[in-house]
Amino acid sequence: MKIDSSLPLEYSTEENRLKIFGFWIFLGAEIMLFATLFTVYFTLETRTGSGPTGSEIFELTPVLWETFLLLSSSFTIGLGVHAMRLGNKKAMMTFFIITLILGLGFLGIEIDEFVTYVHEGATIQTSAFLSALMTLLGTHGAHVTFGFFWGVAILIQVAKRGLNPQTANKAFIFSLYWHFLDVVWIFIFSFVYLKGLIS
Amino acid sequence: MSMEEIFHPLKEPMILGAAISIIVGAVVIAVGLTYFKKWGYFYKNWLSTVDHKKIGIMYIATALLMLFRGGIDALLMRAQTAVPDNGLLDAQHYNEIFTTHGIVMILFMAMPFVIGLMNIVIPLQIGARDVAFPRLNAVSFWLFAAGCGLLNLSFIIGGSPDSGWTAYFPLAGTEFSPTVGNNYYSLALQLSGIGTLLTGVNFITTIIKMRAPGMTLMKMPMFSWSILITNVIIVFAFPVLTVALALMMFDRQFGTQFFAMQNGGMDMLWANLFWVWGHPEVYIVILPAFGIFSEIIATFARKNLYGYKSMVMSMVVISLLSFLVWAHHFYTMGHGVMVNSFFSITTMAIAVPTGVKIFNWLLTMRHGKIQFTTPMLYALGFIPIFTIGGVTGVMLAMSSADYQYHNTMFLVAHFHYVLIPGTVFGVLAGYHYWWPKMFGFRLNEKLGKAGFWFIAISFNVAFFPLFILGLDGYARRMYTYSESTGYGPLSMVSFIGALGLAVGFALIVYNIYYSWKHMPRNEKADVWDGRSLEWATHSPVPEYNFAVVPTVSRLDEFWFAKKEGRDITAGKIEKIHMPNNTGAPFWMSGFFFLAAFFAVFSLWTPAIISMLCVFGFMIHRSFEDDHGRYISVEEVMATEKSLRGDK
Amino acid sequence: MKKKLSLMFIAFGALAILTGCEPLTVFDTKGPNAKTLSDTIILSIITMAFILLVVYVLLAFMLTKYRASKAPADYEPPHEEGSHLLEITWTVIPIIIVAFLAVVTVKTTSTVESQPEGYDNKEPLVIYASSSNWKWHFSYPEQGIETVNYVNMPIDRPIEFKLYSFGPITSFWIPQLAGQKYAMSDMLNTIHLAADDIGSFMGRNSNFSGRGFAEMEFEAQTMTQEDFDKWAADVKANEKPLTEEKFDELLKAEHVGRSSYSSTHLEFSPAPMEHSEHMKMGDMDHSDMDMSEDEMDHSEMNHEDHSQEKSEETHSH
Repeated sequence: MKIDSSLPLEYSTEENRLKIFGFWIFLGAEIMLFATLFTVYFTLETRTGSGPTGSEIFELTPVLWETFLLLSSSFTIGLGVHAMRLGNKKAMMTFFIITLILGLGFLGIEIDEFVTYVHEGATIQTSAFLSALMTLLGTHGAHVTFGFFWGVAILIQVAKRGLNPQTANKAFIFSLYWHFLDVVWIFIFSFVYLKGLIS
Repeated sequence: MSMEEIFHPLKEPMILGAAISIIVGAVVIAVGLTYFKKWGYFYKNWLSTVDHKKIGIMYIATALLMLFRGGIDALLMRAQTAVPDNGLLDAQHYNEIFTTHGIVMILFMAMPFVIGLMNIVIPLQIGARDVAFPRLNAVSFWLFAAGCGLLNLSFIIGGSPDSGWTAYFPLAGTEFSPTVGNNYYSLALQLSGIGTLLTGVNFITTIIKMRAPGMTLMKMPMFSWSILITNVIIVFAFPVLTVALALMMFDRQFGTQFFAMQNGGMDMLWANLFWVWGHPEVYIVILPAFGIFSEIIATFARKNLYGYKSMVMSMVVISLLSFLVWAHHFYTMGHGVMVNSFFSITTMAIAVPTGVKIFNWLLTMRHGKIQFTTPMLYALGFIPIFTIGGVTGVMLAMSSADYQYHNTMFLVAHFHYVLIPGTVFGVLAGYHYWWPKMFGFRLNEKLGKAGFWFIAISFNVAFFPLFILGLDGYARRMYTYSESTGYGPLSMVSFIGALGLAVGFALIVYNIYYSWKHMPRNEKADVWDGRSLEWATHSPVPEYNFAVVPTVSRLDEFWFAKKEGRDITAGKIEKIHMPNNTGAPFWMSGFFFLAAFFAVFSLWTPAIISMLCVFGFMIHRSFEDDHGRYISVEEVMATEKSLRGDK
Repeated sequence: MKKKLSLMFIAFGALAILTGCEPLTVFDTKGPNAKTLSDTIILSIITMAFILLVVYVLLAFMLTKYRASKAPADYEPPHEEGSHLLEITWTVIPIIIVAFLAVVTVKTTSTVESQPEGYDNKEPLVIYASSSNWKWHFSYPEQGIETVNYVNMPIDRPIEFKLYSFGPITSFWIPQLAGQKYAMSDMLNTIHLAADDIGSFMGRNSNFSGRGFAEMEFEAQTMTQEDFDKWAADVKANEKPLTEEKFDELLKAEHVGRSSYSSTHLEFSPAPMEHSEHMKMGDMDHSDMDMSEDEMDHSEMNHEDHSQEKSEETHSH
């Protein structure tokens, strides 16, 4: 395998470049997936049947915490990739671990949010609005969960094998995924929670 | 669910017979493999292959099997409706049959045939050694096979879906479809849909990143262009289906209210989501056919494709417009003049680039030297017959007129007039054209031509009457009609046409056996005096595709190199890096199949356990450190020498 | 190829004979809406036939003139890149054709979606047509009567059919009078039509809705205004009123014959809101709050009964 050392590790082989390009295409598909879920949500937003509306169940505080945790985790993973580019394995791993912990915190708050809704009688079966809301949030949360385990697997490989073209490539692609989830969250925060609380 | 409910389909003699023959067939194959001690060969060379050529062959073999299944469905339907008040099939069976006919023909016949051809040809046409992600490619195939297998299980265990291939709500919900049939629908299509999405990622990367040196995008063969554009459509359209099917599953199995009739649900939402995917889907199956025809018409008129830039642009425009027309599938839903007018205009607009292509193909033939080989016959049959489909499409596009055409046999005739002369002729043409490249011997021309004529003529006999029946008020999906309607005579004509089609397809399959027995082997590399790179390498193609990757400086480089007396494959042989075979995609898809099967019956614990196994395979793959292998220079030279007899 | 083209012409000719001498239903129009659509269809057939002719002539020409058997053995076709002029020609002409058809489409769609003109400004007769598996209920609020599986209409008067469904999406279609439209459970659709001739016409559901779909037909009969008024008064005087219990019984049944009632179900089971009213309400949940109680009760009843019914069906398989 030819390694081009003038490029960052994650881009340094032909196979690496193909994988990064392919993953961007995959993110295009993921954008369509979330766009569809958002479309479904906007279509069904006002169809609350006999159940509660968004403004009745949304609480700003946990949502702000979720946003802070997830956005910070994007920052820390950015620092992690930067450290990786400098060849600093320890710093990279530290930042990645912090990222995953922040992600875990995000998930904890979101699970608590869902449990609260259910206790209030707002379940996924209650109305079209709630079905759409929980599917959109749940899909995002499932992606974060999958990402958590994926991140752990990468960390183990970096710990064992060090930073090489393969592990750097995986870590970089993972960071693209993580940033993408953050962008989706910004849309969720703005167009689901904020919009729901305002109207 | 009781055992009685799960196995209730077997009470019908026809279904029981089919189930028995499937089991017998499977046993025969298993016994045969054991007797000839071929399990090892089978596992090593086919179940664990990551070679795009073998994967393509497996796709096409599956497609042919599914063509048989969907064809039997069609014959049963046509037989049932050949005479009024017929008792061959009752309503429930007829409904299951037309539902599976649609699902099978589009998703498990047309798609794999197209994807199979793209797998075989694209790396060869662009001068690459394999696709960008060979293992992902295998995953795509096995996920498709899992979905296909799952759906085919339904008619024996639990019952087929029966709400049409479009599965409109609320009909497809649990209130009106309480059996598991539509669970099979949501889960089987989901599985194979994931496979297709991964194919999209794979082939875009392959075509963008792995072309031979010097082959800029505008120097690429037209089939490769059609596949690039098709895969872009796949990446943007399939996620919509993923969401739609997930919401369907949630409504049916978790009590959500997306498409429900109460609690705010919206049945129209399903129709919209389905067709936002569904319309681009039909362009996914037709654009590759257009690409194939471009190759074949140019090759057998011995003349370059006319208007290359136009041909590329027209496909780009078609793909963009394909996302803007979906509501023409339900003009009658009552969304008003403005909305219907918008979609009428966008739909009719698609006729313009399509017409541009037809004229460019005609002009390609002008001043050419036309040879009537089997592939060329399919291309030449496509032009007049598909155009009928195209113009009736423009007729249907007019929303006012559609209020009379919608849901009638007129519509059924239109889409068969574009799908069969378009997609089916296209893949059959490609199949005959590239067969010798894959297997090193040609298919028999006489049988091929006979098959074509049976199919082309019978097709018109079978489907043209449907235009007239539709205008006479004959709605679609009706299991019977009364004598007083007067639909009998033309329905009988249609049935006779269907029988002719069956003969034609039987000839195509028989041709495989006959040619395998009688046609001379050691076919040469350049079977047809072709224009593109796949004809520069041996027939059949060695594992590594090209001993030396050709360098290209213009479109149809191979053609010009031949004229100039140059060997495009000359050069220094170096060791070649190839990926290793792996059984993981097969096993992982097996567990995915199990998870989906358990989910159909709402057996959540085994389903979750199976999914955990799937994740286990993913984790294993993540930790795997497989860097492939090298084929040494000596081995390459030896292979080249032994194959060179064919040059 | 030429052999095939002539075969096709013979075949089409035979087909023309096989269809018999009666005009096809869609062209056998009995009212202005159907006539507009029939004229549109014929116009489009002629336009498209012209395009087919051009393509077929070109193809026949290419195949006869440039076949290999006719060419000298050493003939090598020239390299032809393309022609900008031709590209422009075969892009612009289709655009013009499409633009023409687009104008026709917008005009005719608008025409058939509005009240038919030329009926002395008579008030339209409103008839609610609702579907349940697998029958049609017709409610005449003006006359206060209801019929099942048949509908009578006066000629020379605009009619407004209000469509909705108690179950799966169905499509209300009387081809000789008008185009079809979907009847759905969560919104009301409208078909405008008028009948010019007296007669009995085929009506049916054209959107697949399950096992009994093929039999989901009804008779549409037109008569003079006097005859219609007499008939309606007769029903009102002599038929039993439609009670909630009777209506539920009807909803649950699969196939029923015809029946008539001296009251409508709209009193205890109002129709869903019009789509345009839905939109005017904006984000306010009126539709769901007002309707859902009534709708919910009803559909819940249907729900249990239907699914019970369904499982009975599968068992008695």
